[in-house]
Amino acid sequence: MNWPLLFAQVFNGLTLGALLVLVAMGLTIIFGALGVVNFAHGSFYALGAYAGVVAYKYSGSFLLAMVSGAVVLLVVGVIIERGLIRLYYNRPKEDQILVTFGVAIVVVEAIRAHFGGLAQHLPVPSWGEGAVNLGLTYYPTYRIEVLGIVACALVALYLVLFRTKIGLIVRAGIEDPLIVNILGINVTRTFLTVFGLGTMAAGFAGVINGPIVTVTPDMGADVLVQSFVVIVIGGVGSFWGALVGGLIAGEILSLTAMVQPAYSQVMLFAAMAVVLILRPQGLFGVQGRQ
Amino acid sequence: MSEGATRRGGPFRERLPEIVVGLAVIALPFALPPIGGTLDLAQRILDWGLFGLGFDILFGFTGLLAFGQAAFFGAGGFTAAYLLTAPYTENAVLALAAGTVVGAVLGLIIGLLSLRRSGIYFAMLTLAFGEMAYFLEISPLAKWTGGENGIAGVPTPTLGFGLFTLNLETPDDVYWLLAVLFFLGFWLARRIIRSPLGLVLRAIRDNETRASAVGHDVQKYKLTAFVIAAAYAGLAGGLLGLLQGYMPPDAFYLDTSGQLVVQTVIGGAGTLVGPAIGAAVWLYLYTALQQVADIGSLWKMFLGAIFVVLVTVLRGGIGGGFVLLWRRVRGARKEGSLDAPMTAPVGQAPATTMPVDRRRARRDGPVVLSATELTKRYSGLLAVDRVSFELMDGEIRAVIGPNGAGKSTFFNMLAGVVPPTSGDVHFKGDRLTGLGVAVVCQRGLAKSFQINQLFGTLSVRENVLIAALARHLGKFRLSLLRNVLRISDLARLVDETLAAVQLSDRAGTPVSNLAYGEKRRLEIGLALATRPQVLLLDEPMAGMSPNERTDTVRLLKRIAEGISIVIVEHDMDVIFELADRITVLYNGGKIAEGTPEQIQADPHVRAAYLGSPVAHEPARG
Repeated sequence: MNWPLLFAQVFNGLTLGALLVLVAMGLTIIFGALGVVNFAHGSFYALGAYAGVVAYKYSGSFLLAMVSGAVVLLVVGVIIERGLIRLYYNRPKEDQILVTFGVAIVVVEAIRAHFGGLAQHLPVPSWGEGAVNLGLTYYPTYRIEVLGIVACALVALYLVLFRTKIGLIVRAGIEDPLIVNILGINVTRTFLTVFGLGTMAAGFAGVINGPIVTVTPDMGADVLVQSFVVIVIGGVGSFWGALVGGLIAGEILSLTAMVQPAYSQVMLFAAMAVVLILRPQGLFGVQGRQ
Repeated sequence: MSEGATRRGGPFRERLPEIVVGLAVIALPFALPPIGGTLDLAQRILDWGLFGLGFDILFGFTGLLAFGQAAFFGAGGFTAAYLLTAPYTENAVLALAAGTVVGAVLGLIIGLLSLRRSGIYFAMLTLAFGEMAYFLEISPLAKWTGGENGIAGVPTPTLGFGLFTLNLETPDDVYWLLAVLFFLGFWLARRIIRSPLGLVLRAIRDNETRASAVGHDVQKYKLTAFVIAAAYAGLAGGLLGLLQGYMPPDAFYLDTSGQLVVQTVIGGAGTLVGPAIGAAVWLYLYTALQQVADIGSLWKMFLGAIFVVLVTVLRGGIGGGFVLLWRRVRGARKEGSLDAPMTAPVGQAPATTMPVDRRRARRDGPVVLSATELTKRYSGLLAVDRVSFELMDGEIRAVIGPNGAGKSTFFNMLAGVVPPTSGDVHFKGDRLTGLGVAVVCQRGLAKSFQINQLFGTLSVRENVLIAALARHLGKFRLSLLRNVLRISDLARLVDETLAAVQLSDRAGTPVSNLAYGEKRRLEIGLALATRPQVLLLDEPMAGMSPNERTDTVRLLKRIAEGISIVIVEHDMDVIFELADRITVLYNGGKIAEGTPEQIQADPHVRAAYLGSPVAHEPARG
């Protein structure tokens, strides 16, 4: 057994998992509160990465790139919710899926039209260069920092969801959307906030993942599919489900890649199938919720 | 199909869609070149159109939005290409058939897993399993599939054996092969849509809950649609390899599944030819705009924008737009072909003979339905507490109680909708507990809903037909080639039911155009059409005007001539007029049972109702 390699792969799994958690979290809170599955989520993730690339090009500051990825996507999210998604709250789920899928096509193709299909480069920030000695192996500093950044972002999301009034409404909405409506709570504003927060999480994840992966217009597709797997494993609409599901998915991908690279993606879907058979509502999902 | 070609419209009208599609397929290779299209484009339109025929059955007619059709397209394609290049066979028909079968089998496996969840989960799961198929193709199966290189050198198709071998060498030949297969595919798909299976699928699309409540095994029907779609995909995939001499791995891409969805919606879901129209739009835009210098790279963005706009304002797509236009042109002359009465109306004037007081007789009949100590507990809340109950043959039994008494839960346990925490339900000696609503209905207990559960886009006749079909087919039976309109027993049952609920003259009307009272009657009619022995009515008077109530009471009395009825109702006047016996629930328990007179005099009942002034609250609905 190659222990240092295993150790490094476990860490790779953690980093990958952490990013999936962040993307899936955005997806899951949007679904939880609005009841909308956002098929454009992957394209928002890609758009975030490009926003980061542009900001970095002009400012040279990675911090600013992170901020701009988040802010641009917050704005985009707000515009799309106001202009389009809002029209769909009373329409069938299938229509919601279709329209967000259409938005994804437009966003990805707009990126391709403007930046071209070639990969863009987002360098590792100066404060993330080099490697850290973790005892068994050296590990890239930036990836360790990513863990910290994602952890901070998740704590912030947690505080919003579990410690603020809007979070209370979101969680109540996940339990029973009808009652929340009946209680006369201004759901439109809540919906807007949640959609914005969700897309922001995707955009932010796009930037911090920029130095690790290649930035291309299509980079969101795989991430979208993997986030679906994450929330199916974890249970749709659940904060802890997205967290645990994301980490599990990250580890499956990276540990299988070490043993049998050809099967790493396949294993992820196999894990999903197993969860689906044994616990259809997901690890943290509530039975019966549709 | 021996019995008379058609009853209305004539054979020409009946076959019009096939004739139009046949002519269009013949005209396509001649119509495209003048506007810059090539024969290759024509081939691809038909291949995607064939792929889409199956998908439309799944999405347009069953309402299942699947995002992983590429898995079956690719699987069928690589199977056929592998067989032809290995080469295990030179016969294209064999290879295509093998591809179709592999697509269908994979569809069965993925369908079994994905259909464990519905709605959005189903979309996500099919997407994920579609991706899984792609990753299987590029690496673990690369030895056979060529991985990311695909399979090159797929030979031009050869049909037949020995002396009767026909080699389709030119692109023209291949086009005609596609044309024939597309036409046959369309013919078959249309036949499926008009079969009993097709009607059940549309019922599931409109209202899954009700389709199950009238006795259809919804899960199995959905799986059937899924497998049919996968088989079409497998065939189309095989043809892709044949028409371009190369089987590309991108058949498995997520984009392939996405393209199919977009094409179907643009062209019009639920029209069968919609996907082909959408494919024409997509592929034509792609080839035509590619050549325009500045906007060439934007073609897909335009397409995405068109798609978003169509989904938002014209969900029926181009095909749906044509249908709307056609209807407007023809005006309100007719309301569709499925709607005219199928047989001569049976005695229009329904027998309104008011039953003489048979109450005494009914109270002494044999027990048909019994509940023993039925209990339902919702984490902490005891909704129904050990309620026992016996229903006599021919009896009308009312279940009453203040709000929150547990009536609905009790009722739903009888109907098989809610599994009890403990206790049992027996029907004529058979245990029904936990069998689910579809089986319970098949055994002879039909439920009508407090809030109308109808098949919204279909006509009154089709609604009743769906319920009657459950009786005819049983829980699940594959009947996909017969014309549902030509099953004569069914026609009689439907006409009788329509007459019974006084909707004979509204048979052709779409359900959405019915007045509220008519919808309530149809709601009862759906339960009635399954020919139940026990009818479970959940607040049949909810939301009715006094006149409608009087009518409905009369209707129920007439229905009760042959069957037993359990009725939950808030309207006490109705209850006291109708019921032979009354069961009173309060706080989840049974506090009284007896004749209307006994109940009226019962001090416990009075106390329960006096403590709760809502006994006559306005009904919901």
